[in-house]
Amino acid sequence: MQELPQILYCHCAYAQVVPREVKHRVLERLSAAGVEFEAVPDLCELSARRDPRLADYARQNGLRIAACFPRAVQGLFAAAGCPLSEKEATIVNLRTLQADEAADALLGPTGSTGNSNKEET
Amino acid sequence: MIEAGRALPRVILYEGPGAEPLDREWRVELLRELLERGFAVRRVVGREISLAAFDEATSPLVIGRLVVPPASATTGTVLRFRDIAGKSLSEVVELVNSAFADTTSQSSKRWKPWFPVIDPARCTHCMQCLSFCLFGVYGVTADGKLQVQNESNCKTDCPACSRVCPEVAIMFPKYKAGPINGEPINSEDVRRETVKVDISALLGGDVYALLRDRSARAKSRFSKERDDDRALKERQRCLEQLKSAVQGLDIPPEVLASLPSPEQIQQKALEAQQRARQALNQAFPKNGVS
Repeated sequence: MQELPQILYCHCAYAQVVPREVKHRVLERLSAAGVEFEAVPDLCELSARRDPRLADYARQNGLRIAACFPRAVQGLFAAAGCPLSEKEATIVNLRTLQADEAADALLGPTGSTGNSNKEET
Repeated sequence: MIEAGRALPRVILYEGPGAEPLDREWRVELLRELLERGFAVRRVVGREISLAAFDEATSPLVIGRLVVPPASATTGTVLRFRDIAGKSLSEVVELVNSAFADTTSQSSKRWKPWFPVIDPARCTHCMQCLSFCLFGVYGVTADGKLQVQNESNCKTDCPACSRVCPEVAIMFPKYKAGPINGEPINSEDVRRETVKVDISALLGGDVYALLRDRSARAKSRFSKERDDDRALKERQRCLEQLKSAVQGLDIPPEVLASLPSPEQIQQKALEAQQRARQALNQAFPKNGVS
């Protein structure tokens, strides 16, 4: 198993659907927290490219993904041929959460983010 | 065109042993700049870089204020190290751009990743979307299952195929509203889709026949039109009419304006329907869809 960070952040760089201030604040909090994370320009792009990295992340225990609606994120991983584990992945929705709520969900202790694969509201 | 199976170029922001930490605000700025330019960035902090983590074909670039090059730098790995101490933000961005000049990062930036995403929990593989799409976005797997196969063929900002899905199973994650954007589906969404049943039927037959006829009538008028301004206004008016005729499909005007000729539409629709039929026959051989 590769040594992967447990936080995967999608910057949704090619669209305006995630508020800019939310993206910036979450990135700021992640950066300041002294934790390892991987930031990708756009999860949709990785899915369309069938980026092999997605398969690695799909196998990662305790993965937290900062992106958009959980149903969409699960669909993107499935489309890339590597469905997310129903039990292991937590998806933090940057389209609906306040920036600090999202950052807390990503950086909080295990179990603090609620049920896996459930909407973070 | 997307290069399937190829990883995005990745930058490692290294702040482990042998490197000085970056200034906090500067680090965030750098992250944003690199992400906006299409690079994936991993931050490594407080430990050596593990070689096992980077077995991908695209050789990652490790940048940091490197006081002492990390031990792994001397082991013949594919990792490339660049010291960014004393460099400005723009110099670092330029350094990264140069390091990946021979990769696909530049071309991939130009494509807004807009394509349908199937909700596997809802899709029944009825192939309505495959029949509907004129652009060959959808395909069928060897075992007869629906699959999005040509993402970059999809028309940016057009969510029309999601409107014809009777199961609310097609998402466009970058769409403005739910449930197309992936929002949880509520009972009202399901009710609406049940009422919809078949958008072709609602439109009195074939949605493309409607588009085709309107397009033909518009073309006929345009051919008689000599005044460019009037012709433009007329086209805009026709597009508005078309838009209202297919209200709810939310097809962008530029997509409607770029529809192929009536003959091509007919041919493409026929081909798509045949592919859908073949897939259904393959999946449900006893039912014999014809």
